[in-house]
Order: sequence, then C-alpha cells, then structure tokens
Amino acid sequence: MCGIAGILNLDSRIPPTQEQIIAMISPLRHRGPDESGTYRDERIALGHLRLSIIGIDGGTQPICNEDGTIWIIYNGEAFNYRELNEELLEKGHRFSTATDTEVLLHLYEEYGAACLEKINGQFALAIWDVVKGELFLARDRVGIRPLYYAYWEGRLVFASEIKGILPVIGTRELDTEALAQVFIFWSTLAGRTSFRDVHELPPGHYLLVKSGRCFLKPYWRIPCHHLPAEKNCSLADTCDELRELLTDAVRLRLRADVPVGAYLSGGLDSSIIAMLISKNFNTDLNSFSLGFQECRFDETSYQEELISFLGVDHRQVIIGNEQIRNFFPETVRHSEKPLLRTSPVPMYILASLVRREGFKVVLSGEGADELLGGYNIFKEAKVRDYWRRQPDSQRRPLLLERLYPYIFRNPSRGRTFLQSFFSVKPGEGGDPFFSHRIRWNNSSKNLTFFSDETIAGLAQYDPMEEMAEQLPPDFYDCDLVTRAQVLEMELFLANYLLSSQGDRVSMAHSVESRHPFLDYRVMDFSFRLPSTWKIRGLNEKYLLKRAFRGLLPERILHRGKQPYRAPIRELFSSEVEGNYVDELLSEDNLKKSGYFNPAKVRHLLAKIRRSDQDSTSEFSSMALVGVLSTQILHRQFVEGDSLHGVEQIRPDKIITAMGSTATAREVK
Amino acid sequence: MGIEAKVREFIIETFLFGEHRGLRGDTSFLEGGILDSTGVMELVAFLEQTFSVTIADDELVPENLDSIIKVTEFMGRKGCFAPAVGAELSVILNSEVA
Repeated sequence: MCGIAGILNLDSRIPPTQEQIIAMISPLRHRGPDESGTYRDERIALGHLRLSIIGIDGGTQPICNEDGTIWIIYNGEAFNYRELNEELLEKGHRFSTATDTEVLLHLYEEYGAACLEKINGQFALAIWDVVKGELFLARDRVGIRPLYYAYWEGRLVFASEIKGILPVIGTRELDTEALAQVFIFWSTLAGRTSFRDVHELPPGHYLLVKSGRCFLKPYWRIPCHHLPAEKNCSLADTCDELRELLTDAVRLRLRADVPVGAYLSGGLDSSIIAMLISKNFNTDLNSFSLGFQECRFDETSYQEELISFLGVDHRQVIIGNEQIRNFFPETVRHSEKPLLRTSPVPMYILASLVRREGFKVVLSGEGADELLGGYNIFKEAKVRDYWRRQPDSQRRPLLLERLYPYIFRNPSRGRTFLQSFFSVKPGEGGDPFFSHRIRWNNSSKNLTFFSDETIAGLAQYDPMEEMAEQLPPDFYDCDLVTRAQVLEMELFLANYLLSSQGDRVSMAHSVESRHPFLDYRVMDFSFRLPSTWKIRGLNEKYLLKRAFRGLLPERILHRGKQPYRAPIRELFSSEVEGNYVDELLSEDNLKKSGYFNPAKVRHLLAKIRRSDQDSTSEFSSMALVGVLSTQILHRQFVEGDSLHGVEQIRPDKIITAMGSTATAREVK
Repeated sequence: MGIEAKVREFIIETFLFGEHRGLRGDTSFLEGGILDSTGVMELVAFLEQTFSVTIADDELVPENLDSIIKVTEFMGRKGCFAPAVGAELSVILNSEVA
C-alpha cells in the first residue's frame, strides 16, 4: 500500500520541478512511511511513498522495465501477481525484483490497457511510457484504492489523495454541487470530489493521456446480468461454489511478506472471513475489534463467542463518546469529504490499534451486504413492492414492523400513520429508483440547511440526473433487489464505505485493508444469483448463511443484522467546555464559510440537544453531522489550516532523466 | 398564545428549523414532507405534554394530525385549551371567586 502523485505537461513546456513533486507527496506520508522515490524528465514528474508489504527489498519505486522506457508508480496489490508472473515469464519477460509492481509493469507492456482485466486486486497506478509519451492512470474495479486528478496551467496533476493536489493547483474551493450530492446520496457521485475542479478517477476506469489529450474509459462495470427466472443449478451446489470462491479469495488476500490480521465485528461477514483464515491458512490469526462504551452500539458478546470458537489472538479497543468528539476533525481531514455519520471515527481509532500491534494488513468483511443482500433497504423495497400489489391489505404493511422495530416501538401506537410513510404512491411502482426513493426524499429535505446563496447556485443543477447518467447500461432491466444492490455499490460502497470508512481511515495509520468479498470473481458470481436466493422472504443473506451453516456458531449465523453505527448525539453535547463544535457552528463562522443558513442550523443544533436518544430523528442528526464536517473541511482545506507546516519528504531514490542522460541516485 | 399558534410555533421550530414561508394552516404534513416517521412521535409527545391530554392509539391518524388546523381542531375536540390562556383564565376565575 502506498501513495502516488504526478505532474504531466499537456500544453506546458516548462519541466515539472522536484520541489513540485515533493510538495505533492509530502502530505501523503501516512500512506507510505517506509520508503520514497521520485522520477523526473522534461515532461513528467512522478512521486511515490511506499508501505512495504510484498518484495520488501528492491521494491523502491518508481521502477522501470529492462531498458528504462516505461516507469510505474503504484498503490495497492495485484493478489494474483504470482500467476501473472508465470504467464509473463513464458512470454519472455525478465524480472529484477520480487514485487507485484514489476509484474504490473510488464503486464502493461504485454497487453496495454487490457492488462487491467487480468488483475485480481485493489490498486491505483500510473505508468509512463517515455517513448510514446503516454501516461496511463488506472483504478481497481470498485474503487478500493483512491486516485484524483486536476488540470492546472496546461498540466495534468494526480495524487492518491486530494491533499496532494491542493498544494500545487492553488485553488481550494468546496464544490456546492458535491455538497448537495453528499446530503442527498450520503456520498459524492463517481468522478466528483468535494473540491471544485478536482476530479476522482472513477472506479473501474482508466485515463489515458496521449498527444496532450486525455481519454477516460471504463474497463469494468457492475455486472448486471440478464438472468433466467430459475437458476439451473441446485442451491446446494451454489453454496459449495460460494464457499470455494470465498476461500480462494481469502487465500490470495493473505499473500504478503508481513503478517496479516483480520477485523472482527461480531457480525456474519467478518466472522466468515476470520473463520476461513483460521481454519484453512493461519491457525495463529490475530484479530481486532471495536467495543463501545454505549451498549446499544456494542457487539462484544458476539465477538467473544467467535474468538473462543476460533481460538484467535484478539485485541479490542473500546470507544467512548469523548474519543468520537476528539478524533472527528482528524477523520474528516483524512476523508476529504463531508460525513453524515460518525462511524468512520471508530475505524480510524481501530486502525491505530492495528498499527501499534505491528500489523500493516487486515482482512475485512466489507462488500458482503451489498453483494449478498444484507441491507434493510433491500428488504424495505421488497415489502413496499409486496404491499403495492395489494394496497388494501392490512397484513402486508405489518412486515414493516419486523423491519423497523425501532420505528414501530409500540406496535399498536400510530401504526397506520407510521405505515403511511412507506406506502407506495400512484405511479411509483415503475420508478427505477423505487428502493431508494424514500431515503433520497428524506435526505433531500436536509438541503433546507443550505444558505440562500448556496441554494441559488444550485438552481440549474439536478443531482438525480447526474446520478442516473452514471449507472451501468443494464441497470434498468434488472429486478428490484438487483437495482437496489447496484445503487448501494455505486454510491455508498465506493465513495463512503471503501473510502471515508475504509482506505482513508486505515491508511491514516499506514494499514492496508483487504476485502475478499470484493474479489471480482465473487462479485460476478453474486450478480448471477437469483435475488430470492440472496434474501429469502425477509431473511437477509440467506445463501451466505446457508453456505456457512455448521462452520460458525449458530448465534452468529442467525443473529439479525446490526447496522454498524457510532454515537452521534453526544458529539454535540453542550456540556463539553470550549469545544470546536460550538465554535464552528457559530453564526459568525457559518456566515463566513457561507454554505449554510445560520438560523436554521441554530434550530437544528437546539433540536438535537434537547432530543433524547429515542426521539432523535436520524435525518436531522445526519444533517448536523454534515454541517459540522463541512465546516471542518472548510477550515482545514479552504482556509488551509491543514496544509501548513507539512514536513517535506527527502526521497530515498531520485531518478532524473533530462535530455539524453538519465541519472539515478539511491540516497540510502 | 392559542392552540393554533402554539402548534404552529412547534412545527416551525422543530421541523422547519425556523423557516415558516409557505406553511399554511391546511398544509399537509405528510404531502409537504414536513414530518418523517420520527416526527409523528415527536408531535404526539409535544401535544400530550403541552396540552396535558392523553392521545389514544386509535386517534393517531392523519385525520387528526396532518395539518395545523387538523391538530388544532383535534385538540379542541379533546376539550383542551392553550395553557397560557388556561392559566390566565384560572387567575380570573379564582379572583372572581375570591
């Protein structure tokens, strides 16, 4: 795992300088504290920070091919690099290191952009072809590793994190369209960032720059297969296949020259991963988990059951409200986008525990809920659709109570009224976004907290239209549950779970997380399953549970899904003296940044403060967290507080290739 | 402050965050997207507390709770009057008795 950055001349004829590339990589040191290197010629500068995991010796980047005509900087892993290495050896390629980086370099030489289809991994990379003068930037299928770019004075600049781009391009403005996206969809849309003029290289895409022109192309989309109504193999065979695939996905993700640990939540998905490691590959597994002081968030008892079942060596960190408050600003700084929840904060703290325990790599259960039907929003869509078919039914809407016991706390109380929030309006049945419409409508109401100027600036902008344009072409032909899955993957998984709550918070502590469920073979397999096998009635992840029956404690296998959440209301407690919350939400500061309506935010804060645990509206809490995190982001990046005082990196390896001479200097 | 004004103030404060433009007495809380599912329970808790009434389960229906006018009429049917007015009245009544 690493950090990368680069500057390429498009129209500009002034060679990028060493100072510029150092300014870009220096804020990314947390991504690669072990080694660093730069490459520079008349047209390009590349910078790399390394977290050494595979091929520890000799892997200092940038590295080149046999004749120094192709250079690569790379963040991530190609888990099948040994198999690819063999294939390339047979084709006559020669290797000088034992790294997957070099494998990718030769793979690109052999296949060009088509090499991406061969990689089973999580990566962001840049390959510079000196002879052709072409730059190739690419990102893994679902966007586990980040990559951003911007155009600046006739140049293309790119980096693993936006904080590597801002120091050189000079402009630092939050993009209010992106703010609206976050408030509605709970994440930015693909290709967008919170910053004006800074773009995300979307997951599953590459950017090829040749002759000063940039071509952005997808090489993978979420596979919305056209499925026959009935699957022509048995449920038992499919369970076997899923077990085998996941076992192999885990096997590949244990490849590292350093020890690999695992996250445990106490839920089904991470339990499956830990079990597969411990039973098949590593009987001395180290695992890591979160506990919460507040018991409604805590899953310790399930974790303990699994720990004793597997006999793993376990470490837990207990999260209190004070830590949420203390580490929230730093978590926002790493996420580089507004957050509507506090749940990335505990993950940030957990990664620091992992690092302290001497681990650089952990496996997680991320992706299972999206692929195999774990979320309530899928079930909500099913129930509403079932009710829609017989709107007068008294019994059908009762299923909502099983789904949302916390809304229907006292089942007889206000039942009809509460049900009406979920009823299907005339014509809504044909809505391609049926599954998410209630959520988005509720979230959209939070745009009311934007200032008049912000709202006026958004008058011509339609976020729904932009979202719809990005969906895979087959989306509209899919069934209801599959469509809901695609939306969760395109929106929430890519730009929130894998980013704000994934790469960013673990890499903040130089920890790489790996996700076996997001192996492309598992993803393809999952999208070939009938939806009724994923969620049977209202039994979520039915096939997954069935596939692992007898291999995990019954209590874990059959517990209801507990969404991972962290305390929010306590972040805004008025009892904390002199905290940053009151200051950033003050009328003066809200006016100064200008995004929000100070009077409404004051009402919102008062509402959250006077509400008790049971009556806090989820959407109101999310709005307030969104306002606060935007204010933090503004202070850190627009006013620039976090950009000052960054310690400049002194690279271990400096390659300079000006004119016809190339000089390499290994500093160490 | 009368019942209607009290309810109106609560709705504006709690669900519209001080923004009162476009809120009429007959604006539907449901159609206008003013209440969400948590909001209904907040409204009921407010009514019970402020007007000292008990609302039965079968009274929790949109016909009683879906607009300022409906809520006001509903509270009226339950025989309550606004607390401020009530307090003033009791002072007057008591002084008359005295």
